[in-house]
Amino acid sequence: MQAFLDQLWIARWPLWEGLLLTIGSAAGSILFGTLLGVIVGVQLAYAPWWLRLPFRIYVDIMRGTPVLVLILAAYYIPAVAGLSLGPTQAGILALTLFAGAHIGELIRGSLQAIQPGQAEAGRSIGLTFPQLLAYVLLPQAVRSALPPWINTGVELIKGSSLLSIIGVGELLLKTQEVIGRNFMTIQFYVFAGILYLAINIALDQLGKAVERRVGQH
Amino acid sequence: MSDKQHPLLAIRGLKKQFGATEVLKGVDLDLNKGDVVSIIGSSGSGKTTLLRCVNLLEEYQGGEIALDGETIGYRSGDGRRRRLSDRELSRQRAMTGMVFQSFNLFPHLTAAGNVMLGLRKVLKLPKAEARAIAENWLARVGLAARADHYPSQLSGGQQQRVAIARALAMNPKLVLLDEVTSALDPELVQEVLNTVKGIADDGATLLIVTHEMRFARDVSSRVVFMEQGRIAEDGPPAQIFGAPKNARLAEFLRTTRH
Repeated sequence: MQAFLDQLWIARWPLWEGLLLTIGSAAGSILFGTLLGVIVGVQLAYAPWWLRLPFRIYVDIMRGTPVLVLILAAYYIPAVAGLSLGPTQAGILALTLFAGAHIGELIRGSLQAIQPGQAEAGRSIGLTFPQLLAYVLLPQAVRSALPPWINTGVELIKGSSLLSIIGVGELLLKTQEVIGRNFMTIQFYVFAGILYLAINIALDQLGKAVERRVGQH
Repeated sequence: MSDKQHPLLAIRGLKKQFGATEVLKGVDLDLNKGDVVSIIGSSGSGKTTLLRCVNLLEEYQGGEIALDGETIGYRSGDGRRRRLSDRELSRQRAMTGMVFQSFNLFPHLTAAGNVMLGLRKVLKLPKAEARAIAENWLARVGLAARADHYPSQLSGGQQQRVAIARALAMNPKLVLLDEVTSALDPELVQEVLNTVKGIADDGATLLIVTHEMRFARDVSSRVVFMEQGRIAEDGPPAQIFGAPKNARLAEFLRTTRH
């Protein structure tokens, strides 16, 4: 145990950087993915079919493709097209596209679950469609989409470990590098596992707390 | 006064169909300012659809609706009629207020928030002024103490009174009431009817769809009986309830009274 703690102390900075990058890439992709997802969800729920179709295709491709394949595609395809993305940028792009599709589908479902009377009441007081969305429909949809939205965050934390494949120095890759130096395989993998678990449990608790707060009304 | 020159609401030859089913088969109806008109009739006679057409919640295939002299919902030119843009429809909808059978309060906003939304976003009033108007209207429907309650914390009757305040606060030219007591427990019906009676006495122009015959008789200046998508009889309450000319109306009243 003492040997492990000594090695952990030596490796503390690389592991800390890895942890930050894990959290950062997940946070960045949930942020961009949420912005994208709201747009996608609104289009899926309300757009005419010809506008809805490309969004539908995007969502179905993203949801039907393994995250690992998305990450590899985001890393290699832009390079072929002459656009050079660094591994971290490519990784966040892949996770954003993945999150955008999932969140888009969540928002679509929540919007369509709102009683039609809400939109009618909003229209009857003279709200335009954008106002109706902003002040009546989306606030309600976001509330009901919140618990699964937190789950998407958990998926992204876990999915970010796949970024190690394209050389993003997140927690898993840093852990593997540390193991490469000290050969304490089990100890450091378990340690990394505990860190992932701790973040996800914290997120889960945060989600429950937020849910309680908005669930009161 | 210009009010004398044209009725506040003029419906001419209104036709509406859902697919192959003709729901409104040419309805003509005028309302002057201050009129309180109740529409009665059996389910499926087209009463609610008529109201929803006036608030532009339904599209219609023929005829015309003019509100205060302005044709609403459609623009015609080159022999074609086209639905107006979202922005135009919204502006015209703001001229009428609507109270729904199922209240449709916004659950994420307080009672005051519900009343203030249109004042803030449609009429663009400053927050303090909107709040003052909202409190004033909530007081008029007897809910001054409930301004900061959410809909889920209010009874059905209270929710419906908030909905009435929400519609009236926008100072609409015309208020449409669609079976406003049908979703209420019997003991809560009277408080809502009293509220409606109050706003009618204050001079609001109301177009009411109701199943409450006693209420229609008490509050209305005119009663309209609809039957199969047409207006079958139109007259003062004393005539409609006391001496109906239309045979179907007489039968309808026999089966619904008491």
